[in-house]
Amino acid sequence: MTEVHVALRGVTRVFPATATQKEVRALGSIDLDLMRGEFFAVVGPSGCGKSTLLEIIAGLNSPSGGSVMLEGKRVDGEVPDGVGVVFQEDASFPWLDVTGNIAFGLRPSGLDRFEIAARIAHALRVMGLTEFASAYPAQLSGGMRQRVCIARTLVQRPRVILLDEPFGALDQQTRFLMGDELLRLWRETGATILLITHSLDEAAMLSDRIGVMSARPGRMMEIIQTKWSDERGSRVVATPRFGEITARLWDLLRAESTRAMTGVP
Amino acid sequence: MTPGRVRFALAALLVLLLETLCRFGVIDRFAMLPPSEILWHLGKILTSGQMWPAIGKTLANVALACLSAVIAGVILGALIHRWRALRETLDPLFAAYYAIPVYAFYPLFIVIFGLGDFPQVLIGFMLGLVAVIVNTLNGLDRVPPVLIKTARIHRFGPVQTALRVTLPFAVPYIFTGIKLAVAYSFIGVIGAELIMSRTGLGYEIGYAYNNFDNAVMYPLIVLVLAIAASVNTLFFLWEKRLIARRRR
Repeated sequence: MTEVHVALRGVTRVFPATATQKEVRALGSIDLDLMRGEFFAVVGPSGCGKSTLLEIIAGLNSPSGGSVMLEGKRVDGEVPDGVGVVFQEDASFPWLDVTGNIAFGLRPSGLDRFEIAARIAHALRVMGLTEFASAYPAQLSGGMRQRVCIARTLVQRPRVILLDEPFGALDQQTRFLMGDELLRLWRETGATILLITHSLDEAAMLSDRIGVMSARPGRMMEIIQTKWSDERGSRVVATPRFGEITARLWDLLRAESTRAMTGVP
Repeated sequence: MTPGRVRFALAALLVLLLETLCRFGVIDRFAMLPPSEILWHLGKILTSGQMWPAIGKTLANVALACLSAVIAGVILGALIHRWRALRETLDPLFAAYYAIPVYAFYPLFIVIFGLGDFPQVLIGFMLGLVAVIVNTLNGLDRVPPVLIKTARIHRFGPVQTALRVTLPFAVPYIFTGIKLAVAYSFIGVIGAELIMSRTGLGYEIGYAYNNFDNAVMYPLIVLVLAIAASVNTLFFLWEKRLIARRRR
């Protein structure tokens, strides 16, 4: 874990003034290196620009200043190769069954039929969806639909996986289980993961490092090393180290969250 | 009794009432034939084969008007949805469109295109087109932003995004437009035939009417009803199948 995979230098984002709103300085400036194969979580008060940061790395949004380099290539408003994104909102396609949803991005990519079938079967298995291969999203629970979206990302074999509060709409128990599955996938794929979350527990339990952002305009206040082994899981919540991490996170965020909530700078 | 059976019983009762009124002379034979006789004449007309060219021609024109309205409507809807300025310009015109009596243009079309099939198809097409456009726009307005982001993550261009994400999402709404286009195509084509033409079901109904030929006019009216109802039912079943899997 020594090679820099994604490098952000002086990244800022300013939303220009519109007829109804003054100029908003949403982000920055941010300097950050994501190492190849690491699990990095970002926490911060609401409205601090976490999602904007993810969209800039994904190429869905352009930075106003600074640069994002992914595998040595500049990312600017176009989605780079090898990046997968999972959103908080349900992004399953209601007109396709589970298999169709998972295969969605594979068809135009020029893979042969056997490779596609093998990847789909594998993704169905690791996400526990094999029995539901021909079910439609409307027949599935929210957690299952989110698995479908994760599986759709996995079959593309992304080298960087960006997760924007993927479990935000799920209940606590499901979140912990999905967290364990996410760790398993991370170990299996060796991908670099950036997880945006508002859950301090989730950040503390899953990541190698946690970036704590300030209220708007969001900057990195501190980066915390969790020092977990790769074989960690949801059981770490019972350890004293987990308590130390979440306490430190909350220390950092309490003042910022109050600022964000009341709007006082 | 289920609502379906009540409906059927109600219709049967009305037909029976009509039959009785006709048989006992309350309704004059010059005004209307008893339903049983209408059906008998209809059977005769269909087996004699004399009306098949007219039926075939009308159905072909209805299908042509409907199909072209649907294809053009979906494509135009998708394009208009992409250009915000165009959308804002056209929206009030769409709202006012059905206040225009399209048939007023029919004589003009005949002057321009001659008394062939084309003016009739054009009337059906014009009636259906805007219904498809408006419903396509309505469906595209409802595509969740996260699905469009997903298309961008897959690095889709505008055409691929439309074909694989936004239009499939809009299918239930487009279907409402298609059903309207089917109805409007029947209205447009048969109405135009009735006003001025040389063949077709509308023409034959008009011809029979002018000759006081109730034994042809009523059976043909029933035939038009039956065709329209069957097509409508087919579309209804197809739509039900398509949509069943999307909400449960």
